[in-house]
Amino acid sequence: MGLIVPLFLQFAQMALVLAAAPLLTGFVRVLKARLQRRAGPPLLQMYRDIAKLTVKDVIVATDSSWLFRTAPYLIFATTWVAAALVPSFGTNMLFSWSGDLIVIVALLGTARFFQMLAALDIGTAFGGIGVSREAMFASLAEPAMLMIVFTVALVAGSSQLSDISNFMHSGAAGLRLSLALGLVALVIVAIAETGRFPVDNPATHLELTMVHEAMVLEYSGRHLALIELAHALKLLLYISLIACIFAPLGIAPPGAALPALVLGLVTYGVKLAAGAILLAGFETTIAKMRVFRVPNFVGAALMLALLGTLLLFVSATL
Amino acid sequence: MGFLAPLLSTETSLSVAHVLAGGLVLVSFMMLYQDRLSSVINVLALHSAVLGFAVGWQAIIQNAPELYITAGLALGFKAIVIPLALHRMVEKLGIHRQVEAVGGISLTMLAGIGLVALSMVVMLRTAAHADALAREDVALALSVILLGMLMMVTRRNAVSQIAGFMSLENGLILAAAGAQGMPLVVEISVAFSILIAFIVIGVFLFRIRERFDTVDSTTLDAFRGEMQ
Amino acid sequence: MTPVILFCALAWFALGGIGMLWGRRDVTRVVVYGGTLAVAGIALLAAFFQLGLGDAPVPTLVLPLGLPWLGMNFHLDDLAAVFLIITNLGAAAASLYAIGYGRHEHEPWRILPFYPVFIAAMNLVIVAADAYDFLVFWELMSLASWALVMAHHNQQETRRAGVTYLLMADAGTLALLLAFGLLAGAHGHYDFAAMQAAHPSPAVGAVVMVLVLIGAGSKAGLVPLHVWLPRAHPAAPSQVSALMSGVMTKVAIYAFIRIVFDLAGPVAWWWGLVVLIAGGVTAVLGVLYALMEDDIKTILAYSTIENVGLIFVGLGLALAFKADGMVVAAALALTAALFHALNHMLFKSTLFFGAGAIQHATGTRDLSKLGGLIRRMQISAVPMLIAAMAIAALPPLNGFASEWLLLQAILLSPALPQFGLKLAVPAVGALVALSAAFAAACFVRFFGIAYLGRPRSGAAAAAHETDVFSRGAMIGLAALCIAAGVLPGLVVDLLAPVTQSLLGAHVPSQRGLSWLTIIPVSASRSSYDPLLIFIFIAVSGSLAALALHRFGSRVIRRAPFWGCGFRGLEEASAPDRAIGTQYSPSGLAQPIRRVFASVVFRARDDVVFRARDDEMMPASGRPVPTSFVSRWIDPAWGLFYTPMVALIGQIADRANRLQFLSIRRYLGFVFAALVALLAWNALWG
Repeated sequence: MGLIVPLFLQFAQMALVLAAAPLLTGFVRVLKARLQRRAGPPLLQMYRDIAKLTVKDVIVATDSSWLFRTAPYLIFATTWVAAALVPSFGTNMLFSWSGDLIVIVALLGTARFFQMLAALDIGTAFGGIGVSREAMFASLAEPAMLMIVFTVALVAGSSQLSDISNFMHSGAAGLRLSLALGLVALVIVAIAETGRFPVDNPATHLELTMVHEAMVLEYSGRHLALIELAHALKLLLYISLIACIFAPLGIAPPGAALPALVLGLVTYGVKLAAGAILLAGFETTIAKMRVFRVPNFVGAALMLALLGTLLLFVSATL
Repeated sequence: MGFLAPLLSTETSLSVAHVLAGGLVLVSFMMLYQDRLSSVINVLALHSAVLGFAVGWQAIIQNAPELYITAGLALGFKAIVIPLALHRMVEKLGIHRQVEAVGGISLTMLAGIGLVALSMVVMLRTAAHADALAREDVALALSVILLGMLMMVTRRNAVSQIAGFMSLENGLILAAAGAQGMPLVVEISVAFSILIAFIVIGVFLFRIRERFDTVDSTTLDAFRGEMQ
Repeated sequence: MTPVILFCALAWFALGGIGMLWGRRDVTRVVVYGGTLAVAGIALLAAFFQLGLGDAPVPTLVLPLGLPWLGMNFHLDDLAAVFLIITNLGAAAASLYAIGYGRHEHEPWRILPFYPVFIAAMNLVIVAADAYDFLVFWELMSLASWALVMAHHNQQETRRAGVTYLLMADAGTLALLLAFGLLAGAHGHYDFAAMQAAHPSPAVGAVVMVLVLIGAGSKAGLVPLHVWLPRAHPAAPSQVSALMSGVMTKVAIYAFIRIVFDLAGPVAWWWGLVVLIAGGVTAVLGVLYALMEDDIKTILAYSTIENVGLIFVGLGLALAFKADGMVVAAALALTAALFHALNHMLFKSTLFFGAGAIQHATGTRDLSKLGGLIRRMQISAVPMLIAAMAIAALPPLNGFASEWLLLQAILLSPALPQFGLKLAVPAVGALVALSAAFAAACFVRFFGIAYLGRPRSGAAAAAHETDVFSRGAMIGLAALCIAAGVLPGLVVDLLAPVTQSLLGAHVPSQRGLSWLTIIPVSASRSSYDPLLIFIFIAVSGSLAALALHRFGSRVIRRAPFWGCGFRGLEEASAPDRAIGTQYSPSGLAQPIRRVFASVVFRARDDVVFRARDDEMMPASGRPVPTSFVSRWIDPAWGLFYTPMVALIGQIADRANRLQFLSIRRYLGFVFAALVALLAWNALWG
């Protein structure tokens, strides 16, 4: 097939995740608005927001340094690379071997690191409040995510996400208790990491409840556009991750022909939509937690994922 | 539905049984996580429902009609009637909004993980001659029993203790249903003993409430001379 | 190459002599540090050369010194060469830094004589090939570093640190002495070659392992033997802190590897279990301490404890795999541990250099008085940021590369047959993951509070950039952090001969893989290509920047931030900007402290109202000066040391009675001892 087609597919995937991320976030917003009997924003509102933000002037705080201005690009770049490493419509993309699932988790950690530094750079109490809470959540969510990685990697015999997806697709995994534990934990981690209910409110601007918003409060213009885009990419990444591990149905195998790729694309769209519907429904039915209840929630994910890994160590069939 | 049995390969049917048993462990963990009485009762209902499905599946694959009765009992009685009754009881006592001060949910769950690991190791080591899936099923049932005990030990409120006790009993039934050829008599006697225990505890609860104006069972300690 | 190292050591001793004789002159500083730098460079080259030699056998060099029947044995094998690289790279960087930084030292004659001797002792420990040499140089290393810690002995805290350090160091040496005594056996074969040939019995090997874990572990900072480390490391001048944290802990790890992997005979599976658990607990507790601490150098010292824990996790895994005959997996775990040891030297030295620069520029080590240094120390902030990212294990830097290898080793461990390991390894894996997440939070706090935001004190507002030598040392090490992170395959290949000689296996060669990928086991299990990831991040970040600046707006306007109206108030009330609405370091760590430390460390936060005579909440509308107190305790003291001290006190009281006996009774004791020894000899001799 030469190098052209795989290269094209790889870049197509990178472009696809970037283009689809705002749509996904917009779709969740529309669904939530409908469920709450609000009119809500149009489906494509987030594209318009980003377009508008890019042409507006950037206003930075007087005391902020170069780090504050560089961080959005780094946050965006690391999140985008991480999102591009997750199989979407097909597995074994050209560069998929350049990082395994652990690398994806760590890339998101890099993005968070710069997010937190940028928040401290402006020197306000808001930045501090956001960072201190984010650090607490992350210190549970990141280990939980690593234990989930252990669980699926031990089942599939590889920590390479494409191999995991192919293994799950082949059906050789069967029904396993450890995978069930991993799924529950992954959903909790995904909710916590993307700042959704009940951990964080993506639409709040109230001091007491902000986590992610508190960290990006001082951003404006193109910087804010990048951060919003990175946030949307993160949501897409987690839904794609859950889909490619636990619902790999229809995903195009390595070296697939055009029909299989189209099928992969269609099923990917369906999976994203399903994820959005589930998320919107869940968010509508639940209230936000008090900040100090979140450690229990995310800690439960850590415990479940640890149990999953432990079961796999004890017995290969669980 | 015994006619389904030949249609399924043994491997699939056993692994479904396996996952249902594992699901029961998962729900036990969910119960440990809850700190509101009403959600504890809801999770108890879920626990019993999962047990019902697990026993029902055993009935299909073992072709044992008497197990359908057990499954029905679990689904109808323990998943619906008892939780409803408990909800009413909690409402009557006026403690349905109560949040229990559980000493560190994460620590409790960590202890739970330790217990599951313990039961796995004990079962997988001791019964090395039996086949792997059966051993793991027994280990999972033992985990559910131990988690139920943990629930009873860590909770103060009598209603949560009932929930813990009933989940423990669910673990017993799971173990019994997995072992082929368990006589119906034993089943029914277990079910009735639970019923009686439930009634006794229910009556007991109201008596505690009348006397001490709370269902916190530590209040009873004063009457054993443990608290001065 | 062994003679080269010995000549280097001689040169260092000579430099120490120069420092002692002319320590009060300013030029001596340049001579001593510059000379140390040059000699360390030579030793570094020699070590690289040795690694490049391949499998050619290295003769043991015997000098007619020391014990008459033994001589002084020196031997430089691949393991020693790797640790010589770590030691001398760290020593060279610290010396370069000290050429500039040492200028600010008030009493240089307290440092200059000991500094080269300390480095020489560490080198000699690594090349020593008999127990006598090893212990002599080990003790010399301890004493030289103790003298360096005591350089600022006029401070009460330093004196306390000195006493604790001396006690712990000697306890550690005692444990090593006993271990060597057991290994030497009844006939007293003190050279390592004879010990290797002797094959000690499993019981002896087990006792030796435990003793070495105590002896080397106390030097490296394993919990609960760590208590001296966060006191002593920060008390020394910064170039010495960097050496102690970055290099001396590695010498301790060398000692552990040398004795347990090389000399102690066949490995039992539970050795791995013990080391794993010690390492995992150390990693998490170390970084939790670091998160709660406010002193910048103490934070770094606690983070050293964490990293030592991670290295010991790798060593424990290697022991477990080795015991079960899975040599390739053992090689992977050992490679991860050695790689992390190198990495920790690189970033921890950089961080200590930066901390020293901060201390000199602002006169304080208190994080809550810093802030905004990125604008005052523009150049040295960059290597500090890189080192902070590296220690937080972020890709594509070196800290992540070694932790990734460690996690890959953990992923191989379900194949271990023992149930004890099956249960412990996932738990330790969770501890490793927790410590990595805490480390990220810890260094966000470290860098974010010290370098970002606005100054929290007048001193921080008036800070100045550090000198060119210091910056050179920091930039050099930070560049190596990037290099080792982006090209980990080169380091892995460099370590292959070590694992080959210790375990009889090595990680597959990474040479010739496309794009410099690393594949630790096989391509179907995992692969990581930091170079490609690095390029991807750079390209997509620049693309975004280009596109935005081309098609969007490029304007940047400056404006005051929004602080709910507090900003004006702040400027009016605080000319030195000491009062701020910015988060304080303890406030930033409060959620984590509350969630994780309230049980283990009994961390408590209190608000103390200084009302007239009571400390009650004042009536509303009546302002009262208030302060915030955050307390936590190190459980190691309460659980471990206080009972031990009490026990020793009791024993001493008992023994005290012996002081007041009659001559006849003393003679009686001597007589009884003699008879008992004779009887022992007669019955079992």
